Amino acid sequence: MRKARLGVFKFTSCDGCQLSLLNLEEELLAVVDLFDVAYFREATDKPLRGTFDLALVEGSVSTERQKEEILNIRDRARYLIAMGACATSGGLQALRNWASLSAYKARVYPSPENVHALSTSTPVSDHVYVDYELWGCPVTRNALSEVLVSFILEKKPALRGYSVCMECKRHGIPCLLVSQGAPCLGPVTRAGCEALCPALGKPCYGCFGPKDDANVESLLSRFRLMGLRSEECRALLDKMNTYAYRKVQGENRS
Amino acid sequence: MSQLILWKEDLQQLFHRLQAAYRVIGPLAADGVVGLAELENLSSLPIGHRDRQGPGVYRLENVGDADIFSFVVGPDSVKRFLHPPVQHPYTFRKSRKRLHIASPRAAPQEKPLAFFALRPCDVAALKLLDKVFLESPLKDRRYQAVRDGVFLLAVNCLHPAETCFCHAMQTGPEVRDGFDLSLTELDAGFLVEIGSEKGKEILNGVPTAEATARDAAEKAAKLEASRSRMKRSVPLRALPQVLYNHLEHPRWAETAARCLGCGNCTQVCPTCFCTTAHDHVSLACLAQKEAQWCGSRVRLWDSCFSLNFARVHGGNFRTSRKARYRHWMLHKLAYWIDQFGTPGCVGCGRCITWCPVGIDVTEELEAIAASRNVP
Ligand code: SF4
Ligand code: SF4
Ligand code: SF4
Repeated sequence: MRKARLGVFKFTSCDGCQLSLLNLEEELLAVVDLFDVAYFREATDKPLRGTFDLALVEGSVSTERQKEEILNIRDRARYLIAMGACATSGGLQALRNWASLSAYKARVYPSPENVHALSTSTPVSDHVYVDYELWGCPVTRNALSEVLVSFILEKKPALRGYSVCMECKRHGIPCLLVSQGAPCLGPVTRAGCEALCPALGKPCYGCFGPKDDANVESLLSRFRLMGLRSEECRALLDKMNTYAYRKVQGENRS
Repeated sequence: MSQLILWKEDLQQLFHRLQAAYRVIGPLAADGVVGLAELENLSSLPIGHRDRQGPGVYRLENVGDADIFSFVVGPDSVKRFLHPPVQHPYTFRKSRKRLHIASPRAAPQEKPLAFFALRPCDVAALKLLDKVFLESPLKDRRYQAVRDGVFLLAVNCLHPAETCFCHAMQTGPEVRDGFDLSLTELDAGFLVEIGSEKGKEILNGVPTAEATARDAAEKAAKLEASRSRMKRSVPLRALPQVLYNHLEHPRWAETAARCLGCGNCTQVCPTCFCTTAHDHVSLACLAQKEAQWCGSRVRLWDSCFSLNFARVHGGNFRTSRKARYRHWMLHKLAYWIDQFGTPGCVGCGRCITWCPVGIDVTEELEAIAASRNVP
């Protein structure tokens, strides 16, 4: 039987999600057994050719050229999976969506005229149809493995859309928000990390972005009642999933 | 039923008797919260601690209280032990020729469990879980394996939290049945009531004295004080109809605007039992030459607040938070009554305390029940 052709593509990102794939360790050998890894710049130097059964896309769309590239990949791919906060939400670099690109460029680069970036950084789903989104900064091995297995078995992947709180409770972690008044994003954040931060006594930072039907506005109202200023609330959201959280917050308000 | 007095210093002896025959699970403070865990000795109880609870707030404080049991319930309940959050009911393996399904028997317990200082609401919750898992046409044998032989040492509640409303639900603060032994903490000792043969047997060799009428009066007075401290009420007699009459009440949407849909209320609820299941197959397993696939079924606690919970082929019949909140309350306080003849809520107050935005089920019910003329 012909092996399925797998392509791994990178847009604007830190490569961390591709590394998560390489970090599958013993399962990585199985990936090579099960798939024809036809394009993966982080691991092989095969040129981009032909079509793909499965395309894993890391990174956000943040240049004019990338807008073309993502259309090209979509055309070549039967299934397209966005992996990681950059690809699902625009990433940390989407902070510029709420600021002036030219001001940023001037502050960071000695020759800002050489930087050809769009004024916004956006998720893959803003540009093309995405079959599944794997959230997280970075994605987890479990989610990657689940989506690859599901492709082979032709089933829907079991991905989590509920809150981090559900994982806290499964693990018996005492709630930091209720028992310490910590501003935890867990109630509006997608599960998947097995409540890594709360397990270590730290409130959730929102690496996995908004959960299904998140109510960001209500949680922030709660934080304001607990004494947080509006800027502090905004700072909680303005990390790698800023674009997704703020979009949801806007929807909650309307 | 004869009542006995157990002096406070002899509680240790009762504990040792239990420990000899059971794995004793009881309240243990960790990370600022009273949890449930195996108790090695009595001194690990959070003695002298009070739990200050309110909607969305919990603080455990060492107030140096003279009473041993001056705290009440934390987020955990017996549910975690009898109906664990993660289970693997069976494994499967398919080769070209056949499909093997193995459903391993739950590993035999070395010792049955004893729940130490279980509160009346949780004794009631356990009875409800029994209805669901054992008295239904399909018994859950994993539940049964842990449930069989369980010892229940109940402690009546004299220091209810602000969120407790067992009195309104008629499950407490005094345990009525379903326990093996119950204790009420008096000034000088514990008033002991025996609820079963097992309870009587465990007292063998533990020094006790006959309780006097004065002890009984002290118990009654303390319980009465406890009842009067519980301010929340529930219109039990109006249920379930009052909810069915107000399915389109504007309050549902108001609450949905606050509700995070996080599911905490259902996870801490001692009677919420819902799960989701999926089959876990690993890449390594798929790549094996001799098997086509293999893996295990995973059963996880889920919640009717999860958007996907009501997704079925072709759609989702509860897409709004309003529909999900309403469904949760109706299940607890209406459908349960229709199905089992009793509400699915025991008044433990956990969903009030552990809701990050402090939504209070009694307040919601009151708002809906109060306006009888609103649709
Ligand atoms: S610690 Fe955070 S993630 Fe965990 S239950 Fe509390 S609010 Fe939810
Ligand atoms: S609904 Fe709330 S008060 Fe009632 S049993 Fe569940 S957690 Fe306790
Ligand atoms: S009622 Fe509270 S705990 Fe329950 S889902 Fe809504 S916000 Fe979460």
